[in-house]
Amino acid sequence: MRRLFGYIGKYKWYTILTPIFVFLEVIFDVVIPIIMGQIIDNGINGPNGSDIEYIKQRGLLMIGLSFIAMICGALSGHFGSIASTGFIKNLRVKIFSKIQDFSFANIDKFSTPSLVTRLTSDAFQIRMAFMMIIRMLARAPLNLIISTVMVLRISPSLATVFLVALPVLSLGLFLIASNAHPRFKVMMRKIDAMNSDIQENLVGIRVVKTFVRSEYEKVKFRKSSDGVMNQQRYAERLVILNGPFFEFVMYSCMIAISWFGGKEMIRGDLTVGEFMTYLSYIRQILFSLMMISNCLMQIVISQASVDRMNEIIDEKIDITDDGNDESLMVEDGSIEFKNVSFSYFKDAEKDTLHNINLKIDSGETVGIIGGTGSSKTTLVQLIPRLYDVVSGEVLVSGRNVKDYKLKNLRDDVAMVLQKNVLFSGTIKENILWGKPGASDDEVYEACRAAQADDFIRSFPEGYDTELGQGGVNVSGGQQQRLCIARALMKKPKIIVLDDSTSAVDTDTDKRIRTALKERLAGMTTIIIAQRIASVKDADKIIVMDDGEITDIGQHDDLMDRNEIYRDLYISQMQGVEG
Amino acid sequence: METKRGYRQVRTARPDDIGKTIKRIFSYMFKNKWQVALVIFFILMSSVTGIISSYVFKPIINDYVVPFIGQKDPDLTSFAVMLSVMALIYLLGLLSTYGRSKMMSIISTGVLGQIRRDLFNHLQDLPISYYDTHTHGMIMNFFTTDTDTMRQMIADTFPQFISSIITVVGTFTMMMVLSPILTLITIGMLIIMLIITYVLGKQSRENFKIIQRAAGDLNGYGEEMISGQKVIKVFSYEQTIKEGFFEIAEEMRVAATKANSAANMLMPITANLSYVAFALSAGVGAYLTIQGRFDVGSLAAFLMYCRQFAGPISMLAQQFNYVMSALAGAERVFNLLDMPSEVDNGKVVLVNAVEDEDGNLTECDHRTGVWAWKDPENGNALTKVRGDVRFDHVEFSYVPGKVVLKDISLFAKPGQKIALVGSTGAGKTTITNLINRFYDVQKGTITYDGIDVKKIKKDDLRRSLGMVLQDTNLFAGTVMENIRYGRLDATDEEVIAAAKLANAHSFITRLPQGYNTVLTANGSNLSQGQRQLLNISRAAVASPPVLILDEATSSIDTRTEHLIEAGMDEIMRGRTVFIIAHRLSTVRNSNAIMVMEHGEIIERGDHEQLLELKGRYYQLYTGKAELD
Repeated sequence: MRRLFGYIGKYKWYTILTPIFVFLEVIFDVVIPIIMGQIIDNGINGPNGSDIEYIKQRGLLMIGLSFIAMICGALSGHFGSIASTGFIKNLRVKIFSKIQDFSFANIDKFSTPSLVTRLTSDAFQIRMAFMMIIRMLARAPLNLIISTVMVLRISPSLATVFLVALPVLSLGLFLIASNAHPRFKVMMRKIDAMNSDIQENLVGIRVVKTFVRSEYEKVKFRKSSDGVMNQQRYAERLVILNGPFFEFVMYSCMIAISWFGGKEMIRGDLTVGEFMTYLSYIRQILFSLMMISNCLMQIVISQASVDRMNEIIDEKIDITDDGNDESLMVEDGSIEFKNVSFSYFKDAEKDTLHNINLKIDSGETVGIIGGTGSSKTTLVQLIPRLYDVVSGEVLVSGRNVKDYKLKNLRDDVAMVLQKNVLFSGTIKENILWGKPGASDDEVYEACRAAQADDFIRSFPEGYDTELGQGGVNVSGGQQQRLCIARALMKKPKIIVLDDSTSAVDTDTDKRIRTALKERLAGMTTIIIAQRIASVKDADKIIVMDDGEITDIGQHDDLMDRNEIYRDLYISQMQGVEG
Repeated sequence: METKRGYRQVRTARPDDIGKTIKRIFSYMFKNKWQVALVIFFILMSSVTGIISSYVFKPIINDYVVPFIGQKDPDLTSFAVMLSVMALIYLLGLLSTYGRSKMMSIISTGVLGQIRRDLFNHLQDLPISYYDTHTHGMIMNFFTTDTDTMRQMIADTFPQFISSIITVVGTFTMMMVLSPILTLITIGMLIIMLIITYVLGKQSRENFKIIQRAAGDLNGYGEEMISGQKVIKVFSYEQTIKEGFFEIAEEMRVAATKANSAANMLMPITANLSYVAFALSAGVGAYLTIQGRFDVGSLAAFLMYCRQFAGPISMLAQQFNYVMSALAGAERVFNLLDMPSEVDNGKVVLVNAVEDEDGNLTECDHRTGVWAWKDPENGNALTKVRGDVRFDHVEFSYVPGKVVLKDISLFAKPGQKIALVGSTGAGKTTITNLINRFYDVQKGTITYDGIDVKKIKKDDLRRSLGMVLQDTNLFAGTVMENIRYGRLDATDEEVIAAAKLANAHSFITRLPQGYNTVLTANGSNLSQGQRQLLNISRAAVASPPVLILDEATSSIDTRTEHLIEAGMDEIMRGRTVFIIAHRLSTVRNSNAIMVMEHGEIIERGDHEQLLELKGRYYQLYTGKAELD
């Protein structure tokens, strides 16, 4: 938790002011019981008999002090809310930013629902804990100390009771809290697991329904939700000891004090007023302890959330561009792979890409063909440095991709992912991602090249058509074309189309390729495709198999010498002749 | 960023019908009546002991201390007995506190578990249109935020509420017993307290509404941007997204500050007001004592009550907003639970059957490979499932006024392979959505073996249809489990045989743990093509009479597709198949190809006939044939 305090930022003053006002409130509060004791001892049973004037004067003083305490308390509450909500905003923004900085490899490690939970529920837990810390943890120990001092002053002999009770209570509360923590951590993990079960079910609902598996899913969910329930009960089993244990200590103290205090009063060592004041302080002391323990509990519960936040903050971003030269720009579209090997997991038995050597000249059109799982996508993802090579190097425009600022590199290396995503907002807003602030004409131009202009205009709202999350209201082929248009907006030096026209019909596909060639001459185009037709006219066709490049050549050469390529071609052409 | 407005979900902080919602929560809690009874008993016990514990100071001081003051050798036996009785009462209170917490923990987690299960189960029964119109983030919210606030309300607020009421009533009674005059002071203070609570509460209530909305935005934005993050990176768009998030977070902060500030101020204000009451009571009490109308012991006890009285009231005041937003969440959950399930008036069911030599069908209870439709409204007559699907002048629109399918008529005879081609958005997938009744036709009819599909029970209808969709959804679990999803009672051998048919066997065996390799939720450790192969294996193991392949092989390279062709033919043999594909090589050998455009079938025929027609199909096909 302490580490997160770094994110208080500009809310620092409020964070400091809060406990200060709490402090003032407590001081005024503490004085009140003394005055009450004085009223009883000096006002009612005073040396000069009863003194109404004295009672009136002291009573007014008490009321006055209460009002001051009230103002201080209200201010501390106000500042506390500014500080805690500000702090949590900073923390949220920090976590979200950090997630945005994740590399692909980092992203693969966390699931979306678990990240979203951190931004919402976990953040909320931490805010509650933070508020407690700055308000309660300031109040309770202070209250405890002042009250203890008062108690010692009134009757040192009675204070022995506390000297026994305090360590017992502290130790007990500590034991409960420290044992509960790991249990809550397990609980949070189970909640995560349950949430991903739900998420998975929501995403795959069509499969669930078509296979009529809802009963099966219900049983599966019952297991994960029971897991959460039982773990929560298991964790709470400890926490619920808090209350009774506290009551045990408090009641023991009250009985002990009544006994010893009673005897002292009888002996005349203690006045009734002092005894009353004393009891008042006992309550305050014990309540302070209870408050501290509640705080600790809240902190323990939130500790699981804090750990989850720290997990994000500590996640090492494996692709960074710190210290890279900002002025280094991609000059041309040439690409070179030198002895590149890559695997997604450090301990993988076999490289996903093995010893790749490849040279692509600026302005070339390159096709990549290969079977399912031959690592075509992996190969192209290394160009905009979405992953880092394990060994060897990838050069763009003659420089290692690791030398560029990521923004500079990716601005010039556009990539249309196989699984592409549109965001909620209008079509135009989505296209503008490629180049914020671009003119309408630029948008139209890119859409025309991507063969999207016609269908966009066929919508009643045209470019202002709202897309749902994930672009649900346009068809798969339309989505793909919008994604291509979005990439073209960048006017990149290199564009990679990773199977980006699979849902587009063949003639549209062809028109897109023609448009790319005509309108964006000089741009290096890399096309991963299933259809030979999509790559047939390429300057170079790379044939991949099982993580290696098995051949590079033009269509005719490959037809002559490459079996895999020929097979592919024949499989697509079959029946055309016959 | 304007786009974030898109997430606005109507999430009000105030429930529409408080009474109804509370009643409904109670109905969950009271499922186990003895548990609730026990809780209330424990709460009562611990509150009462709390009240008594203050009262004892009156007799302690008045009867056991004051009379002995100054005595040389006082007899303290009765004092000790008094304290022992007190200890006993305290012990009882302590045990009650434990019992109450324990029972509350069991009840609240149990209720929550039940609500979660009800929610999830109900979601399974909702029509697909619900999923098409609600984002995942929105639905997830029911399970996270809404249920969480509900749990806290049940676990913390409910027992607190009861014990507060008991404490207030009990304390008030005791105070009246001790001194009606001094009690008046407390009542006066109480009224002031309530006024302040009302004023501050109103301010914070209004802001809680804004918080709820901002929280919805934050959740939606976070969900969308995190799931679309790879795209964000490719566009190096991180900065803009961060700014968008900052804006939402800031909006939420402003509202949260206002709402919380009001709520936070409430506590110290009420607490200190109770000090004022305390001070006044001490002063007036002292005066009365001097006058001889009151005694020191009673004053001591009264002052203790004075402090006790304020606690629960300010507690209740503070929790008001919280309860309101929890109730609003509960209401949302209940609204979802009240959404009508998928309507199913179908009575005809699918049964296993044995066919004798004369073609007579007899129902049987094990898998025979022969299925029959059983119509209970027609004397349980059995009709053999053959896979004859017909569309008769079908018209359909998702949104009224926007027709997606216009006057579609088509038929698939048993064992035929029917292909649907056409540009995206032509309505091909809609046709399959209607066959399996994800949506129901608005005009015209669809019959299956001569039975109107609306008469067939949905589950049974779907069981008879194998669907392989373009979006491959794998579940967390092993490869084996994922394929077996198609038919839960399939043996390992059957699963492997299905994988072999779909040509998935070879890549599966190359995975680190073969069939036992655990797939992550999004299946990111497999390529898109490999995932499609698993999807096909899943359908193969289900082995239904009718197959619908919706772009099922779009990410599989043509060479692999060619390799699996034999297996696919095997899978399709004897079944009616609807196949949707862009790749014409995939559909070429179909019995009939329907070319669709703008919701209409514009050409139909087999490959040769369509080529001769020299129409749209010819154009599409020659777009490819140009290779030669």
